[in-house]
Amino acid sequence: MNMSTNTDFTLAIEDLTVSFDGFKAVDSLSFYLDKNELHVVIGPNGAGKTTVLDLICGKTKSTSGSIKFLNKELTNLSEHEIVRAGVGRKFQTPSIYENLSVMENLEISYPRGRGVFGSLMFKHDDEVHSKIMEVASQIMLVDFLDTEAGLLSHGQKQWLEIGMLLIQDPQLLMLDEPVAGMSVKEREQTAELLNKISQGRSVLVIEHDMEFVARIAHKVTVLHQGKILAAGEMEEVQKDPKVIEVYLGH
Amino acid sequence: MGGYSYDELGAIFAMQGFAGISLFSVLLLMALGLAIIFGQMGVINMAHGEFMAAGAYTTYLISSLTETYIPAFMPYYFVFSIVAAFLVAGILGYLAEFVLIRHLYKRPLDTLLATWGLSLIMQQSYRSIFGAREVSPTLPDWLMGAYPATDMIDIPINGMFVLGLTIFTTLAVFYLMFKSSWGLRVRATTQNRLMAGAVGINTKKVDRYTFALGCGIAGMAGAAFTTIASTGPTTGTLYIVDTFMVVVFGGAASLFGTIASAFSIAQAQSILEFFISGSMAKVFTLLTLVIILMFKPEGLFASKVRR
Amino acid sequence: MSFVYEKLFGDKKGMVGFCILAALILVVFPLFLDSFRLNLVGKYLTYAFAAVSLVLLWGYGGTLSLGQGIFFGIGGYAMAMFLKLEASSPENTAIQSTPGIPDFMDWNQLTELPMFWMPFNSFTFTIIAVLVVPTIFAYIIGAAMFKRRVGGVYFAIITQVISVILTVLIVGQQGLTGGINGITDLRTLNGWDITSDSAKNLFYFINCFLLLGVIIASRFILTSKFGRLLLAMRDKEDRVRFSGYDVANFKIFIFCFAAMISAIGGAMFTLQVGFMSPSFVGIVPSIEMVIFAAIGGRMSLIGAVYGTLLINFGKTAFSESFPELWLFLMGGLFIAVVMFFPNGLAGLWEDYGHHITKRFAFLKRFFAKGKIESTSVDGKLEGAN
Repeated sequence: MNMSTNTDFTLAIEDLTVSFDGFKAVDSLSFYLDKNELHVVIGPNGAGKTTVLDLICGKTKSTSGSIKFLNKELTNLSEHEIVRAGVGRKFQTPSIYENLSVMENLEISYPRGRGVFGSLMFKHDDEVHSKIMEVASQIMLVDFLDTEAGLLSHGQKQWLEIGMLLIQDPQLLMLDEPVAGMSVKEREQTAELLNKISQGRSVLVIEHDMEFVARIAHKVTVLHQGKILAAGEMEEVQKDPKVIEVYLGH
Repeated sequence: MGGYSYDELGAIFAMQGFAGISLFSVLLLMALGLAIIFGQMGVINMAHGEFMAAGAYTTYLISSLTETYIPAFMPYYFVFSIVAAFLVAGILGYLAEFVLIRHLYKRPLDTLLATWGLSLIMQQSYRSIFGAREVSPTLPDWLMGAYPATDMIDIPINGMFVLGLTIFTTLAVFYLMFKSSWGLRVRATTQNRLMAGAVGINTKKVDRYTFALGCGIAGMAGAAFTTIASTGPTTGTLYIVDTFMVVVFGGAASLFGTIASAFSIAQAQSILEFFISGSMAKVFTLLTLVIILMFKPEGLFASKVRR
Repeated sequence: MSFVYEKLFGDKKGMVGFCILAALILVVFPLFLDSFRLNLVGKYLTYAFAAVSLVLLWGYGGTLSLGQGIFFGIGGYAMAMFLKLEASSPENTAIQSTPGIPDFMDWNQLTELPMFWMPFNSFTFTIIAVLVVPTIFAYIIGAAMFKRRVGGVYFAIITQVISVILTVLIVGQQGLTGGINGITDLRTLNGWDITSDSAKNLFYFINCFLLLGVIIASRFILTSKFGRLLLAMRDKEDRVRFSGYDVANFKIFIFCFAAMISAIGGAMFTLQVGFMSPSFVGIVPSIEMVIFAAIGGRMSLIGAVYGTLLINFGKTAFSESFPELWLFLMGGLFIAVVMFFPNGLAGLWEDYGHHITKRFAFLKRFFAKGKIESTSVDGKLEGAN
């Protein structure tokens, strides 16, 4: 099964299953993601959305099936190897280092000095500095570089975490509810940010906010009970009676 | 083992097995208390051995008082002392939770240090009150002696009594944790403290009584302990490490795991002791456990859960 | 230049603290203490190695080891084995039934030196063993535990059990290890009398320099990206992992480093005290090392040294006059330090020290008018707190 043929997709998930004590949280899922595509996964609570991200980034090990990223099998790699292969993941609640400054948060995420001895000898040189400045301006936090990350607003924390991924230049960016807890204005800015960063890479987003999904999604997949219920353009999916029944209806 | 005949080996295993049953009983009672506290509340109680000692000293005290004032009561005092041991250790545990533990629930490593401090204070209290010498209660006659099963195998009566006590306690704990409404509240608090609070469970009260119950069971272990060895101020420390191993090896949240692990550890220790020195038996038992835990850190009976 | 300086000493405050400590142990103690007391301080300072190692491992790394006594013991025993072999020359042990082996082996009817004792005839090998054996041992434990994501309470318990195993093993194997009494009667190092006052004084200074060196090396680690990663892992391990770091490797490294410095302390202990015994390996010494670090402040390398000195002075003073009160006090300290001042002495200094500094600054201004810069520097430092 894992010997399946190579594809042009950035991400090719085939027949993926994970069960916890018999309960199948993800059930023979197949799913493909193109280059430069911004794909949103929606679905009711417990549909297995976050579990899919956990499987891709290696946090949870699959029971069977294959996950190929740029034709590289991910299912038997450990988390840090998957990250180094070029997959970045933002967690549902902002996961940043609250006691460090924005600058230090970005510096730690900079993809150099990742080994024990590399980190002992790591120097904050011009190259690092200019990359940090570049990312900081993208995520609108240039004026906050010296601020302790714990003092940022909820929305800014979300951006910082996205920035911590961007600084690694991942080919696949996975965002778990990136606009949760954001103000209307912050949502707009985030939509803009996502549209900008999806150029040159693939982005996989989990989101509940339909209005926001409609603004950013190239394609939408609806997940229900660990299986794909519907997939395609936002308008098509919204009209699908099955989808309306389980999710959009209430 | 070359020097022994098969009959002799069988008898040795049986005899050491019965000796191991007493150890098993004490370890299991200790571990039940510890597992409730650790498994349900995530608190490491380094003073658990001292709560056991509290039970043992209570038994000793009641024995001495009975012997001095109402000697006629001697045959029956032991049963009462088990209840008293439970209550004394339980009340001490209740107080410890109130004064100390409840402030540290979110800091498990700090709880470990604070309870270690508590254990030092308790040890020194025992030394100041009862002296540094080891003490033993006078056991009633019916607990002494052995029942000769075959001409090579004697079954010690105290061991059987303690085993009975352990089985009773284990069943009571099982009922309490898994069948009673109180147990349901404890388990609800374990799984989701916030939610449990929201549906009207007084989680603070649950914590306090859970801790007191765990310590009380340790006190009963102390009463049982007096039938197999004498009690000194540092008695508790000798058992705390083995008890932790029982809990960790069994998988912290599994009652069956705790029983199986207490049994295998006690028997391994006891049977090995006959063939090699006691200290080497301990080294082998603990080393085996550590190596197994390095390959299977979640213990033997942990269930796979969705993270 | 300033880069190197910052790497090694941290900020200005760190430099001042380091210099005060160095002056205290290198100048003040040797000037004011007699040879006996100085040797006692030297003994305490060997525990400080373990306390410093716990600041790295527990304070910054968030991993509590209840087994630093293991490594302290391995270091101490390695050194003691070398010294014992030297003390057991055939001439010195001519009255034994087997001359040329340590006395306790002879008492236990051993007739030849066990294999694993042989290499300890070489001083070079012994020094290497002091540094390498604990590191390898820590690597094995660390790799097994951290690669499987075992940490926190489980790690603490497993390390404690290992220290119990080692203690029981040493006590039980009397003929190979000297048993409960340990390895005693150590007199000379390459023919040089280590029990003389001059030797003890020299060891005291070597010990101080090694300790200061260890603190500088630890500062280097903590001020590098590695140090920030340690803190980041302690608070948000998953985020670090999903930033592409192999978290286990970092934990293994710091555990190995902590083991190695504890072992240096152990070896220096043997040299200064003249014996090594299992009572420095087991549960009690291991957890006492934790309280040294906790009292000094689990986030302060220098605080750990003061914590160690303070507790041991207290212990000596109390156990001379009120031995029974000591355990109550010690127990109370454990409880107080976690409940009321989790950052220990260093934390108290951070919170209240500036009151003292301010008063000092006021005096300075009073006596030397015109030196306004100095007060403004102090003001800035306070702002940074």
